[in-house]
Amino acid sequence: MDLIWNGIATALALVFGGDAEVWAITWLSLKVSGLATILSLIIGMPLGILLAMSRFPGRALAVALVNTGMGLPPVVVGLFVSIFLWRSGPLGFLDIIYTPTAIVIAQVVIAFPIVAGLTLTSFQTLNPNLALQLAGIGASKAQTLWFLSKEARLPLLAAVMAGFGGIISEVGASMMVGGNIRGQTRVLTTATVLETARGNFDLAIALSLILLALSFAINFVLTHIQQRQLTRWPKPS
Amino acid sequence: MAEALLTLSEIIVRHGQTTVLDIRRLEIFAGETLAVIGPNGAGKSTLLRVIGLLQPLSAGAIDFRGERANGANTLAMRRRMASVLQEPLLLNASVYENAALGLKIRRLERAEIRRRVVPWLDRLGIAHLADRRARTLSGGESQRTSLARALALDPEVLLLDEPFSALDPSTRETLLVDLCDILRQTGITAVFATHDRDEAFMLGMRVGVLSGGKLLQLGGGAEVFTRPVDEKVAEIVGAETGIRGVVESRRGRVVLVRIDGGAAEAIGDFSPGTPVVLCLRPEDIRLSRDLGTGGAGINRLAVTVVKIIPSTAHYRLLLASRAGALSALVPRAAFEVLDVREGDAFSAAFDTTALHAITIAKQ
Repeated sequence: MDLIWNGIATALALVFGGDAEVWAITWLSLKVSGLATILSLIIGMPLGILLAMSRFPGRALAVALVNTGMGLPPVVVGLFVSIFLWRSGPLGFLDIIYTPTAIVIAQVVIAFPIVAGLTLTSFQTLNPNLALQLAGIGASKAQTLWFLSKEARLPLLAAVMAGFGGIISEVGASMMVGGNIRGQTRVLTTATVLETARGNFDLAIALSLILLALSFAINFVLTHIQQRQLTRWPKPS
Repeated sequence: MAEALLTLSEIIVRHGQTTVLDIRRLEIFAGETLAVIGPNGAGKSTLLRVIGLLQPLSAGAIDFRGERANGANTLAMRRRMASVLQEPLLLNASVYENAALGLKIRRLERAEIRRRVVPWLDRLGIAHLADRRARTLSGGESQRTSLARALALDPEVLLLDEPFSALDPSTRETLLVDLCDILRQTGITAVFATHDRDEAFMLGMRVGVLSGGKLLQLGGGAEVFTRPVDEKVAEIVGAETGIRGVVESRRGRVVLVRIDGGAAEAIGDFSPGTPVVLCLRPEDIRLSRDLGTGGAGINRLAVTVVKIIPSTAHYRLLLASRAGALSALVPRAAFEVLDVREGDAFSAAFDTTALHAITIAKQ
Protein backbone atom coordinates (compact mmCIF):
# COMPACT_ATOMS: atom_id res chain seq x y z
CA MET A 1 0.00 0.00 0.00
CA ASP A 2 2.89 2.31 0.80
CA LEU A 3 3.89 2.09 -2.80
CA ILE A 4 0.56 3.53 -3.93
CA TRP A 5 0.45 6.27 -1.31
CA ASN A 6 4.00 7.27 -2.12
CA GLY A 7 3.09 7.24 -5.78
CA ILE A 8 0.14 9.52 -5.19
CA ALA A 9 2.24 11.86 -3.07
CA THR A 10 4.92 11.95 -5.75
CA ALA A 11 2.30 12.52 -8.40
CA LEU A 12 0.85 15.49 -6.56
CA ALA A 13 4.31 16.88 -5.97
CA LEU A 14 5.17 16.50 -9.65
CA VAL A 15 1.95 17.96 -10.94
CA PHE A 16 1.64 20.86 -8.57
CA GLY A 17 5.36 21.32 -8.21
CA GLY A 18 5.40 22.07 -11.91
CA ASP A 19 7.87 19.39 -12.97
CA ALA A 20 8.82 20.57 -16.43
CA GLU A 21 9.25 17.13 -17.94
CA VAL A 22 5.96 15.79 -16.64
CA TRP A 23 4.14 18.85 -17.95
CA ALA A 24 5.86 18.55 -21.31
CA ILE A 25 4.83 14.90 -21.59
CA THR A 26 1.26 15.74 -20.60
CA TRP A 27 1.07 18.62 -23.03
CA LEU A 28 2.44 16.48 -25.89
CA SER A 29 -0.07 13.70 -25.10
CA LEU A 30 -2.91 16.21 -25.20
CA LYS A 31 -1.73 17.76 -28.44
CA VAL A 32 -1.13 14.45 -30.21
CA SER A 33 -4.30 12.70 -29.02
CA GLY A 34 -6.45 15.83 -29.47
CA LEU A 35 -5.28 16.27 -33.05
CA ALA A 36 -5.69 12.54 -33.74
CA THR A 37 -9.23 12.62 -32.32
CA ILE A 38 -10.19 15.60 -34.47
CA LEU A 39 -8.72 13.99 -37.59
CA SER A 40 -10.45 10.68 -36.94
CA LEU A 41 -13.76 12.56 -36.55
CA ILE A 42 -13.14 14.41 -39.82
CA ILE A 43 -12.50 11.11 -41.61
CA GLY A 44 -14.75 8.75 -39.62
CA MET A 45 -17.99 10.75 -39.40
CA PRO A 46 -18.50 11.44 -43.11
CA LEU A 47 -17.49 7.86 -43.86
CA GLY A 48 -20.03 6.53 -41.35
CA ILE A 49 -22.77 8.84 -42.70
CA LEU A 50 -21.96 7.82 -46.27
CA LEU A 51 -22.14 4.12 -45.37
CA ALA A 52 -25.42 4.66 -43.52
CA MET A 53 -27.17 6.71 -46.18
CA SER A 54 -26.02 5.33 -49.52
CA ARG A 55 -26.30 2.05 -51.33
CA PHE A 56 -23.54 0.94 -53.65
CA PRO A 57 -21.99 -2.35 -54.70
CA GLY A 58 -19.42 -3.38 -52.14
CA ARG A 59 -21.10 -1.48 -49.32
CA ALA A 60 -21.49 -4.60 -47.19
CA LEU A 61 -17.78 -5.30 -47.58
CA ALA A 62 -16.94 -1.70 -46.61
CA VAL A 63 -19.13 -1.96 -43.49
CA ALA A 64 -17.48 -5.26 -42.53
CA LEU A 65 -14.05 -3.66 -42.98
CA VAL A 66 -15.03 -0.72 -40.78
CA ASN A 67 -16.38 -3.06 -38.12
CA THR A 68 -13.16 -5.06 -38.20
CA GLY A 69 -11.22 -1.80 -38.01
CA MET A 70 -13.06 -0.95 -34.79
CA GLY A 71 -11.17 -3.73 -33.08
CA LEU A 72 -7.73 -3.29 -34.70
CA PRO A 73 -4.97 -4.20 -32.23
CA PRO A 74 -2.82 -1.04 -31.82
CA VAL A 75 0.39 -3.06 -32.16
CA VAL A 76 -0.71 -4.27 -35.58
CA VAL A 77 -1.43 -0.70 -36.61
CA GLY A 78 1.95 0.29 -35.16
CA LEU A 79 3.66 -2.39 -37.18
CA PHE A 80 2.11 -1.39 -40.49
CA VAL A 81 2.47 2.35 -39.97
CA SER A 82 6.11 1.67 -39.06
CA ILE A 83 6.63 -0.31 -42.24
CA PHE A 84 5.09 2.45 -44.35
CA LEU A 85 7.05 5.23 -42.65
CA TRP A 86 10.32 3.28 -42.38
CA ARG A 87 13.19 5.07 -44.07
CA SER A 88 13.17 2.47 -46.86
CA GLY A 89 9.36 2.12 -46.79
CA PRO A 90 6.87 3.50 -49.35
CA LEU A 91 6.44 6.75 -47.37
CA GLY A 92 9.96 6.83 -46.00
CA PHE A 93 10.77 9.97 -47.97
CA LEU A 94 8.47 11.91 -45.63
CA ASP A 95 11.01 11.29 -42.89
CA ILE A 96 8.45 11.34 -40.13
CA ILE A 97 9.03 8.05 -38.31
CA TYR A 98 9.79 8.64 -34.61
CA THR A 99 8.03 12.02 -34.69
CA PRO A 100 4.75 13.11 -33.06
CA THR A 101 3.27 13.22 -36.58
CA ALA A 102 3.86 9.47 -36.88
CA ILE A 103 2.00 8.92 -33.61
CA VAL A 104 -0.90 11.04 -34.85
CA ILE A 105 -1.09 8.97 -38.04
CA ALA A 106 -1.11 5.68 -36.14
CA GLN A 107 -3.73 6.92 -33.69
CA VAL A 108 -5.97 8.16 -36.52
CA VAL A 109 -5.75 4.73 -38.16
CA ILE A 110 -6.78 3.17 -34.84
CA ALA A 111 -9.63 5.59 -34.10
CA PHE A 112 -11.29 6.50 -37.39
CA PRO A 113 -12.91 3.06 -37.88
CA ILE A 114 -14.31 3.32 -34.34
CA VAL A 115 -15.80 6.74 -35.13
CA ALA A 116 -17.06 5.57 -38.55
CA GLY A 117 -18.62 2.40 -37.16
CA LEU A 118 -20.43 4.17 -34.34
CA THR A 119 -21.54 7.01 -36.64
CA LEU A 120 -22.92 4.41 -39.03
CA THR A 121 -25.02 2.80 -36.30
CA SER A 122 -26.13 6.20 -34.94
CA PHE A 123 -27.47 7.17 -38.33
CA GLN A 124 -29.06 3.79 -38.86
CA THR A 125 -31.14 4.27 -35.72
CA LEU A 126 -32.80 7.28 -37.39
CA ASN A 127 -36.02 6.85 -39.32
CA PRO A 128 -34.96 6.70 -42.99
CA ASN A 129 -37.92 8.87 -43.94
CA LEU A 130 -36.67 11.70 -41.74
CA ALA A 131 -34.31 12.91 -44.48
CA LEU A 132 -37.22 12.95 -46.92
CA GLN A 133 -39.40 14.84 -44.43
CA LEU A 134 -36.67 17.44 -43.84
CA ALA A 135 -36.28 17.94 -47.59
CA GLY A 136 -40.07 18.09 -47.78
CA ILE A 137 -40.15 21.19 -45.61
CA GLY A 138 -37.38 22.85 -47.57
CA ALA A 139 -34.08 21.71 -46.10
CA SER A 140 -31.04 21.79 -48.38
CA LYS A 141 -28.73 18.78 -48.43
CA ALA A 142 -26.40 20.40 -45.89
CA GLN A 143 -29.30 21.36 -43.62
CA THR A 144 -30.69 17.84 -43.84
CA LEU A 145 -27.32 16.40 -42.76
CA TRP A 146 -27.09 18.96 -39.95
CA PHE A 147 -30.51 18.14 -38.52
CA LEU A 148 -29.96 14.41 -38.90
CA SER A 149 -26.66 14.70 -37.01
CA LYS A 150 -28.36 16.78 -34.34
CA GLU A 151 -31.04 14.13 -34.05
CA ALA A 152 -28.36 11.45 -33.65
CA ARG A 153 -26.35 13.58 -31.22
CA LEU A 154 -26.46 11.14 -28.29
CA PRO A 155 -24.90 8.18 -30.09
CA LEU A 156 -22.64 10.53 -32.09
CA LEU A 157 -21.12 11.91 -28.90
CA ALA A 158 -20.63 8.33 -27.78
CA ALA A 159 -18.67 7.87 -31.03
CA VAL A 160 -16.50 10.88 -30.14
CA MET A 161 -15.86 9.50 -26.64
CA ALA A 162 -15.05 6.02 -27.93
CA GLY A 163 -12.67 7.48 -30.53
CA PHE A 164 -10.91 9.62 -27.94
CA GLY A 165 -10.83 6.70 -25.51
CA GLY A 166 -9.19 4.45 -28.09
CA ILE A 167 -6.54 7.08 -28.76
CA ILE A 168 -5.64 8.27 -25.27
CA SER A 169 -5.31 4.76 -23.88
CA GLU A 170 -3.26 3.33 -26.73
CA VAL A 171 0.41 2.59 -26.09
CA GLY A 172 1.68 -0.04 -28.52
CA ALA A 173 1.48 1.98 -31.70
CA SER A 174 2.84 5.15 -30.08
CA MET A 175 5.78 3.21 -28.81
CA MET A 176 6.50 1.60 -32.18
CA VAL A 177 6.10 4.60 -34.49
CA GLY A 178 7.11 7.28 -31.98
CA GLY A 179 10.01 5.49 -30.38
CA ASN A 180 9.35 6.97 -26.91
CA ILE A 181 12.17 9.48 -27.38
CA ARG A 182 12.60 11.64 -24.32
CA GLY A 183 11.57 15.23 -24.96
CA GLN A 184 10.31 14.40 -28.45
CA THR A 185 7.85 11.54 -28.67
CA ARG A 186 7.42 10.48 -25.07
CA VAL A 187 3.72 10.59 -24.18
CA LEU A 188 1.89 9.66 -20.97
CA THR A 189 1.26 6.03 -21.90
CA THR A 190 4.73 5.28 -23.27
CA ALA A 191 6.37 7.07 -20.31
CA THR A 192 4.29 4.98 -17.90
CA VAL A 193 5.43 1.76 -19.60
CA LEU A 194 9.05 2.89 -19.39
CA GLU A 195 8.94 3.96 -15.74
CA THR A 196 7.17 0.76 -14.72
CA ALA A 197 9.83 -1.29 -16.48
CA ARG A 198 12.49 0.67 -14.64
CA GLY A 199 10.78 0.04 -11.30
CA ASN A 200 10.02 3.76 -10.78
CA PHE A 201 6.53 2.99 -9.59
CA ASP A 202 5.89 6.34 -7.96
CA LEU A 203 6.59 8.19 -11.20
CA ALA A 204 4.57 5.62 -13.15
CA ILE A 205 1.64 6.10 -10.79
CA ALA A 206 1.94 9.85 -11.13
CA LEU A 207 1.81 9.60 -14.91
CA SER A 208 -1.16 7.19 -14.79
CA LEU A 209 -3.06 9.49 -12.48
CA ILE A 210 -2.54 12.41 -14.84
CA LEU A 211 -3.71 10.22 -17.72
CA LEU A 212 -6.80 9.17 -15.78
CA ALA A 213 -7.58 12.73 -14.73
CA LEU A 214 -7.23 13.93 -18.31
CA SER A 215 -9.40 11.20 -19.69
CA PHE A 216 -12.01 11.77 -17.01
CA ALA A 217 -12.06 15.55 -17.56
CA ILE A 218 -12.62 15.24 -21.27
CA ASN A 219 -15.22 12.49 -20.98
CA PHE A 220 -16.95 14.46 -18.26
CA VAL A 221 -17.34 17.45 -20.56
CA LEU A 222 -18.58 15.26 -23.43
CA THR A 223 -20.97 13.37 -21.16
CA HIS A 224 -22.28 16.64 -19.82
CA ILE A 225 -23.06 17.79 -23.38
CA GLN A 226 -24.62 14.42 -24.17
CA GLN A 227 -26.77 14.09 -21.07
CA ARG A 228 -27.90 17.71 -20.83
CA GLN A 229 -31.25 16.55 -21.93
CA LEU A 230 -32.32 13.51 -20.03
CA THR A 231 -34.77 11.13 -21.56
CA ARG A 232 -37.30 10.38 -18.89
CA TRP A 233 -38.17 6.73 -18.77
CA PRO A 234 -41.77 6.15 -17.84
CA LYS A 235 -41.98 4.35 -14.51
CA PRO A 236 -43.75 1.02 -14.68
CA SER A 237 -46.54 1.07 -12.12
CA MET B 1 -60.17 27.10 -66.52
CA ALA B 2 -57.78 28.66 -64.04
CA GLU B 3 -54.08 28.72 -64.76
CA ALA B 4 -52.28 25.56 -63.70
CA LEU B 5 -50.06 26.08 -60.65
CA LEU B 6 -48.13 22.91 -61.33
CA THR B 7 -47.89 20.94 -64.53
CA LEU B 8 -46.42 17.47 -64.78
CA SER B 9 -45.63 16.32 -68.30
CA GLU B 10 -44.55 12.92 -69.57
CA ILE B 11 -43.33 11.85 -66.11
CA ILE B 12 -41.61 8.47 -65.86
CA VAL B 13 -40.06 7.12 -62.66
CA ARG B 14 -38.28 3.79 -62.84
CA HIS B 15 -36.77 1.74 -60.07
CA GLY B 16 -34.40 -0.58 -61.89
CA GLN B 17 -36.46 -2.27 -64.59
CA THR B 18 -39.87 -1.50 -63.08
CA THR B 19 -41.77 1.62 -64.00
CA VAL B 20 -43.35 2.84 -60.79
CA LEU B 21 -44.89 6.01 -62.18
CA ASP B 22 -46.03 6.92 -65.67
CA ILE B 23 -48.03 10.15 -65.82
CA ARG B 24 -48.61 11.64 -69.24
CA ARG B 25 -49.99 14.92 -67.98
CA LEU B 26 -51.30 16.23 -64.70
CA GLU B 27 -52.21 19.82 -63.93
CA ILE B 28 -52.82 21.07 -60.43
CA PHE B 29 -54.82 24.26 -60.21
CA ALA B 30 -54.42 27.03 -57.67
CA GLY B 31 -56.76 26.66 -54.71
CA GLU B 32 -57.92 23.14 -55.43
CA THR B 33 -57.58 20.03 -53.32
CA LEU B 34 -56.68 17.08 -55.48
CA ALA B 35 -57.18 13.72 -53.83
CA VAL B 36 -55.15 10.85 -55.24
CA ILE B 37 -56.66 7.49 -54.42
CA GLY B 38 -55.18 4.11 -55.11
CA PRO B 39 -54.26 0.84 -53.46
CA ASN B 40 -50.94 0.29 -51.67
CA GLY B 41 -48.08 0.30 -54.15
CA ALA B 42 -50.05 2.27 -56.73
CA GLY B 43 -47.39 4.98 -56.83
CA LYS B 44 -49.16 7.59 -54.68
CA SER B 45 -46.13 8.38 -52.54
CA THR B 46 -43.91 8.49 -55.60
CA LEU B 47 -46.33 10.89 -57.30
CA LEU B 48 -46.31 13.17 -54.25
CA ARG B 49 -42.53 13.10 -54.12
CA VAL B 50 -42.44 13.98 -57.81
CA ILE B 51 -44.77 16.93 -57.27
CA GLY B 52 -42.72 18.01 -54.25
CA LEU B 53 -39.52 17.88 -56.35
CA LEU B 54 -38.13 15.25 -54.00
CA GLN B 55 -37.91 12.45 -56.53
CA PRO B 56 -35.35 12.08 -59.31
CA LEU B 57 -37.19 11.56 -62.61
CA SER B 58 -36.32 9.00 -65.23
CA ALA B 59 -38.02 11.27 -67.74
CA GLY B 60 -40.39 14.19 -67.86
CA ALA B 61 -40.69 17.77 -66.72
CA ILE B 62 -42.41 19.76 -63.99
CA ASP B 63 -43.44 23.38 -64.34
CA PHE B 64 -44.24 25.46 -61.28
CA ARG B 65 -46.13 28.62 -62.23
CA GLY B 66 -44.77 28.32 -65.74
CA GLU B 67 -41.17 27.94 -64.62
CA ARG B 68 -39.50 24.61 -65.33
CA ALA B 69 -37.77 22.83 -62.45
CA ASN B 70 -34.19 22.33 -63.59
CA GLY B 71 -32.03 21.44 -60.63
CA ALA B 72 -30.64 24.94 -60.13
CA ASN B 73 -34.01 26.31 -59.01
CA THR B 74 -35.24 23.13 -57.31
CA LEU B 75 -34.44 24.09 -53.72
CA ALA B 76 -36.07 27.51 -54.11
CA MET B 77 -39.17 25.83 -55.61
CA ARG B 78 -39.25 23.15 -52.95
CA ARG B 79 -39.31 25.91 -50.35
CA ARG B 80 -42.62 27.10 -51.75
CA MET B 81 -44.18 23.71 -50.92
CA ALA B 82 -44.51 21.63 -47.77
CA SER B 83 -44.96 17.92 -47.16
CA VAL B 84 -46.80 16.03 -44.45
CA LEU B 85 -46.05 12.31 -44.48
CA GLN B 86 -47.82 9.31 -43.03
CA GLU B 87 -45.48 9.28 -40.03
CA PRO B 88 -45.19 12.64 -38.29
CA LEU B 89 -41.34 12.37 -38.21
CA LEU B 90 -40.72 14.98 -35.55
CA LEU B 91 -37.31 15.87 -34.19
CA ASN B 92 -36.41 15.15 -30.58
CA ALA B 93 -37.29 18.69 -29.51
CA SER B 94 -40.33 20.59 -28.26
CA VAL B 95 -43.58 20.86 -30.18
CA TYR B 96 -42.89 24.55 -30.81
CA GLU B 97 -39.37 23.89 -32.12
CA ASN B 98 -40.75 21.21 -34.42
CA ALA B 99 -43.50 23.43 -35.76
CA ALA B 100 -40.91 26.17 -36.30
CA LEU B 101 -38.43 23.92 -38.08
CA GLY B 102 -39.35 24.77 -41.67
CA LEU B 103 -39.15 28.50 -40.95
CA LYS B 104 -35.82 28.04 -39.17
CA ILE B 105 -34.58 26.22 -42.28
CA ARG B 106 -35.58 29.32 -44.25
CA ARG B 107 -33.54 31.42 -41.80
CA LEU B 108 -36.39 33.64 -40.72
CA GLU B 109 -35.99 35.84 -37.66
CA ARG B 110 -37.02 34.50 -34.29
CA ALA B 111 -39.88 36.98 -33.83
CA GLU B 112 -41.22 36.38 -37.32
CA ILE B 113 -41.11 32.60 -36.73
CA ARG B 114 -43.09 33.03 -33.51
CA ARG B 115 -45.61 35.29 -35.26
CA ARG B 116 -46.25 32.61 -37.88
CA VAL B 117 -46.10 29.45 -35.77
CA VAL B 118 -48.27 30.40 -32.78
CA PRO B 119 -51.53 30.93 -34.72
CA TRP B 120 -51.19 27.47 -36.27
CA LEU B 121 -50.56 25.82 -32.92
CA ASP B 122 -53.77 27.54 -31.79
CA ARG B 123 -55.71 26.61 -34.89
CA LEU B 124 -54.69 22.96 -34.58
CA GLY B 125 -55.44 22.85 -30.87
CA ILE B 126 -51.90 22.09 -29.70
CA ALA B 127 -50.90 25.50 -28.25
CA HIS B 128 -51.00 24.03 -24.74
CA LEU B 129 -48.43 21.43 -25.81
CA ALA B 130 -45.94 23.96 -27.20
CA ASP B 131 -43.24 23.16 -24.61
CA ARG B 132 -43.83 19.43 -24.52
CA ARG B 133 -41.19 17.15 -25.97
CA ALA B 134 -42.37 15.67 -29.26
CA ARG B 135 -41.61 12.15 -28.01
CA THR B 136 -44.28 12.37 -25.35
CA LEU B 137 -47.10 13.16 -27.79
CA SER B 138 -49.89 10.85 -28.90
CA GLY B 139 -50.22 9.91 -32.56
CA GLY B 140 -52.88 12.53 -33.22
CA GLU B 141 -50.94 15.28 -31.43
CA SER B 142 -47.80 14.38 -33.37
CA GLN B 143 -49.62 14.56 -36.67
CA ARG B 144 -51.12 17.93 -35.67
CA THR B 145 -47.58 19.14 -34.97
CA SER B 146 -46.48 17.90 -38.38
CA LEU B 147 -49.42 19.74 -39.97
CA ALA B 148 -48.55 22.94 -38.06
CA ARG B 149 -44.95 22.63 -39.25
CA ALA B 150 -46.15 22.49 -42.86
CA LEU B 151 -48.90 25.12 -42.60
CA ALA B 152 -46.65 27.65 -40.80
CA LEU B 153 -44.65 27.77 -44.03
CA ASP B 154 -47.69 29.24 -45.79
CA PRO B 155 -46.90 26.94 -48.71
CA GLU B 156 -48.21 27.46 -52.21
CA VAL B 157 -48.71 23.71 -52.41
CA LEU B 158 -49.35 21.40 -49.48
CA LEU B 159 -48.56 17.73 -50.07
CA LEU B 160 -50.23 15.24 -47.77
CA ASP B 161 -49.20 11.61 -48.09
CA GLU B 162 -51.71 9.43 -46.23
CA PRO B 163 -51.32 11.67 -43.18
CA PHE B 164 -54.07 10.00 -41.17
CA SER B 165 -53.80 6.36 -42.09
CA ALA B 166 -51.83 5.43 -38.96
CA LEU B 167 -54.31 7.09 -36.59
CA ASP B 168 -57.23 5.52 -34.76
CA PRO B 169 -60.64 6.14 -36.38
CA SER B 170 -61.96 8.84 -34.03
CA THR B 171 -58.70 10.83 -34.03
CA ARG B 172 -58.59 10.47 -37.78
CA GLU B 173 -62.09 11.78 -38.20
CA THR B 174 -61.60 14.92 -36.08
CA LEU B 175 -58.32 15.70 -37.81
CA LEU B 176 -59.90 15.14 -41.19
CA VAL B 177 -62.67 17.61 -40.40
CA ASP B 178 -60.13 20.16 -39.10
CA LEU B 179 -57.95 19.77 -42.18
CA CYS B 180 -60.95 20.06 -44.47
CA ASP B 181 -61.94 23.35 -42.79
CA ILE B 182 -58.39 24.67 -42.97
CA LEU B 183 -58.05 23.86 -46.65
CA ARG B 184 -61.39 25.44 -47.53
CA GLN B 185 -60.76 28.57 -45.42
CA THR B 186 -57.18 29.23 -46.51
CA GLY B 187 -57.59 28.14 -50.10
CA ILE B 188 -54.19 26.43 -49.97
CA THR B 189 -53.58 24.25 -52.99
CA ALA B 190 -53.26 20.70 -51.72
CA VAL B 191 -52.58 17.25 -53.05
CA PHE B 192 -53.79 14.52 -50.75
CA ALA B 193 -52.88 10.88 -51.23
CA THR B 194 -54.99 8.21 -49.57
CA HIS B 195 -56.26 4.69 -50.00
CA ASP B 196 -59.42 5.61 -48.12
CA ARG B 197 -62.46 6.36 -50.28
CA ASP B 198 -64.20 8.50 -47.66
CA GLU B 199 -61.11 10.67 -47.15
CA ALA B 200 -60.72 11.12 -50.90
CA PHE B 201 -64.39 11.94 -51.36
CA MET B 202 -64.49 14.33 -48.42
CA LEU B 203 -61.33 16.31 -49.21
CA GLY B 204 -60.97 16.07 -52.96
CA MET B 205 -62.45 18.73 -55.19
CA ARG B 206 -61.03 16.54 -57.90
CA VAL B 207 -60.12 12.91 -57.45
CA GLY B 208 -57.41 11.10 -59.36
CA VAL B 209 -57.36 7.32 -59.41
CA LEU B 210 -53.88 5.84 -59.49
CA SER B 211 -53.04 2.21 -60.07
CA GLY B 212 -49.86 0.59 -61.27
CA GLY B 213 -48.25 4.01 -61.54
CA LYS B 214 -50.83 5.23 -64.06
CA LEU B 215 -53.54 7.83 -63.61
CA LEU B 216 -56.61 5.87 -64.68
CA GLN B 217 -59.20 8.58 -64.14
CA LEU B 218 -59.23 12.19 -63.04
CA GLY B 219 -62.36 14.19 -62.42
CA GLY B 220 -64.78 15.62 -59.90
CA GLY B 221 -65.29 13.46 -56.82
CA ALA B 222 -68.93 12.62 -57.56
CA GLU B 223 -68.08 11.78 -61.14
CA VAL B 224 -65.20 9.45 -60.32
CA PHE B 225 -67.07 7.69 -57.54
CA THR B 226 -70.27 7.11 -59.49
CA ARG B 227 -68.98 6.86 -63.04
CA PRO B 228 -65.70 4.97 -62.98
CA VAL B 229 -64.25 4.69 -66.48
CA ASP B 230 -63.40 1.02 -66.19
CA GLU B 231 -63.56 -2.02 -63.95
CA LYS B 232 -60.19 -1.26 -62.32
CA VAL B 233 -61.30 2.21 -61.27
CA ALA B 234 -64.66 0.82 -60.18
CA GLU B 235 -62.90 -1.57 -57.86
CA ILE B 236 -60.70 1.18 -56.38
CA VAL B 237 -63.53 3.65 -55.81
CA GLY B 238 -65.77 0.96 -54.38
CA ALA B 239 -68.38 0.40 -57.08
CA GLU B 240 -68.00 -3.24 -56.20
CA THR B 241 -70.71 -4.83 -58.24
CA GLY B 242 -70.07 -5.28 -61.91
CA ILE B 243 -72.82 -6.93 -63.94
CA ARG B 244 -71.89 -7.97 -67.44
CA GLY B 245 -74.30 -7.55 -70.33
CA VAL B 246 -74.75 -6.43 -73.92
CA VAL B 247 -76.26 -3.12 -75.00
CA GLU B 248 -79.60 -3.63 -76.70
CA SER B 249 -80.64 -0.08 -77.49
CA ARG B 250 -79.72 3.49 -76.70
CA ARG B 251 -81.91 6.48 -75.96
CA GLY B 252 -79.90 9.68 -75.32
CA ARG B 253 -77.54 8.98 -72.43
CA VAL B 254 -79.45 5.89 -71.32
CA VAL B 255 -78.76 2.40 -72.62
CA LEU B 256 -80.89 -0.68 -72.23
CA VAL B 257 -78.65 -3.61 -71.41
CA ARG B 258 -79.59 -7.27 -71.69
CA ILE B 259 -78.26 -9.18 -68.70
CA ASP B 260 -78.66 -12.76 -67.53
CA GLY B 261 -82.03 -13.04 -65.87
CA GLY B 262 -83.37 -9.68 -67.01
CA ALA B 263 -82.55 -6.29 -68.38
CA ALA B 264 -81.33 -3.02 -66.97
CA GLU B 265 -81.41 0.62 -67.89
CA ALA B 266 -78.13 2.35 -67.18
CA ILE B 267 -76.33 5.60 -67.82
CA GLY B 268 -73.91 5.13 -70.68
CA ASP B 269 -73.07 5.98 -74.23
CA PHE B 270 -72.59 2.78 -76.20
CA SER B 271 -73.99 1.51 -79.47
CA PRO B 272 -76.22 -1.56 -79.54
CA GLY B 273 -74.27 -4.82 -79.52
CA THR B 274 -71.42 -3.51 -77.32
CA PRO B 275 -70.51 -5.73 -74.34
CA VAL B 276 -70.41 -3.60 -71.17
CA VAL B 277 -70.08 -3.86 -67.40
CA LEU B 278 -72.75 -2.23 -65.27
CA CYS B 279 -71.25 -0.60 -62.18
CA LEU B 280 -73.27 -0.42 -59.04
CA ARG B 281 -72.29 0.92 -55.62
CA PRO B 282 -73.36 -1.37 -52.76
CA GLU B 283 -75.35 1.38 -51.03
CA ASP B 284 -77.51 1.84 -54.15
CA ILE B 285 -79.07 -1.62 -53.98
CA ARG B 286 -82.54 -1.86 -52.39
CA LEU B 287 -83.80 -5.22 -51.21
CA SER B 288 -87.43 -6.21 -50.92
CA ARG B 289 -89.41 -9.36 -50.23
CA ASP B 290 -91.64 -8.55 -53.21
CA LEU B 291 -91.03 -11.64 -55.29
CA GLY B 292 -93.85 -11.07 -57.82
CA THR B 293 -92.76 -11.84 -61.40
CA GLY B 294 -90.03 -13.97 -59.80
CA GLY B 295 -88.51 -10.88 -58.23
CA ALA B 296 -86.94 -9.90 -61.54
CA GLY B 297 -87.66 -7.31 -64.21
CA ILE B 298 -86.13 -4.11 -65.57
CA ASN B 299 -83.55 -2.95 -62.98
CA ARG B 300 -84.56 -5.77 -60.73
CA LEU B 301 -82.81 -9.04 -60.07
CA ALA B 302 -83.84 -12.14 -58.14
CA VAL B 303 -81.10 -12.72 -55.59
CA THR B 304 -80.18 -15.11 -52.80
CA VAL B 305 -78.29 -14.00 -49.69
CA VAL B 306 -75.01 -15.91 -49.64
CA LYS B 307 -73.27 -14.23 -46.74
CA ILE B 308 -73.99 -11.58 -44.11
CA ILE B 309 -71.06 -9.46 -42.88
CA PRO B 310 -72.03 -7.17 -39.97
CA SER B 311 -70.28 -3.84 -39.33
CA THR B 312 -71.06 -0.91 -37.05
CA ALA B 313 -73.63 0.99 -39.09
CA HIS B 314 -74.40 -1.42 -41.90
CA TYR B 315 -74.68 -5.01 -42.88
CA ARG B 316 -72.82 -6.01 -45.99
CA LEU B 317 -74.62 -8.73 -47.92
CA LEU B 318 -73.06 -10.88 -50.57
CA LEU B 319 -75.81 -11.81 -53.01
CA ALA B 320 -75.97 -14.35 -55.80
CA SER B 321 -78.03 -13.73 -58.92
CA ARG B 322 -78.19 -15.17 -62.41
CA ALA B 323 -76.34 -12.05 -63.62
CA GLY B 324 -73.48 -12.67 -61.16
CA ALA B 325 -72.49 -11.77 -57.62
CA LEU B 326 -73.68 -8.52 -56.06
CA SER B 327 -72.53 -6.71 -52.96
CA ALA B 328 -75.13 -4.69 -51.06
CA LEU B 329 -74.86 -2.41 -48.05
CA VAL B 330 -78.00 -2.40 -45.95
CA PRO B 331 -78.54 -0.01 -43.02
CA ARG B 332 -79.03 -1.73 -39.66
CA ALA B 333 -82.70 -0.70 -39.37
CA ALA B 334 -83.63 -2.00 -42.81
CA PHE B 335 -81.73 -5.18 -42.11
CA GLU B 336 -83.77 -5.81 -38.99
CA VAL B 337 -87.12 -4.96 -40.61
CA LEU B 338 -86.38 -7.27 -43.53
CA ASP B 339 -85.18 -9.98 -41.13
CA VAL B 340 -82.44 -11.02 -43.52
CA ARG B 341 -81.01 -14.52 -43.18
CA GLU B 342 -78.47 -16.37 -45.23
CA GLY B 343 -80.18 -18.41 -47.95
CA ASP B 344 -83.20 -16.06 -48.17
CA ALA B 345 -84.54 -14.98 -51.57
CA PHE B 346 -85.01 -11.27 -52.29
CA SER B 347 -85.64 -8.89 -55.11
CA ALA B 348 -82.78 -6.42 -55.58
CA ALA B 349 -83.71 -3.16 -57.27
CA PHE B 350 -81.63 -0.19 -58.36
CA ASP B 351 -82.24 3.13 -60.09
CA THR B 352 -81.15 3.80 -63.63
CA THR B 353 -79.10 6.77 -62.36
CA ALA B 354 -77.19 4.47 -59.97
CA LEU B 355 -76.18 2.12 -62.73
CA HIS B 356 -73.30 3.09 -65.01
CA ALA B 357 -72.26 1.22 -68.09
CA ILE B 358 -68.51 1.06 -68.61
CA THR B 359 -66.26 -0.74 -71.06
CA ILE B 360 -65.00 -4.19 -70.15
CA ALA B 361 -61.39 -4.08 -68.93
CA LYS B 362 -58.89 -5.65 -71.27
CA GLN B 363 -57.39 -8.74 -69.71
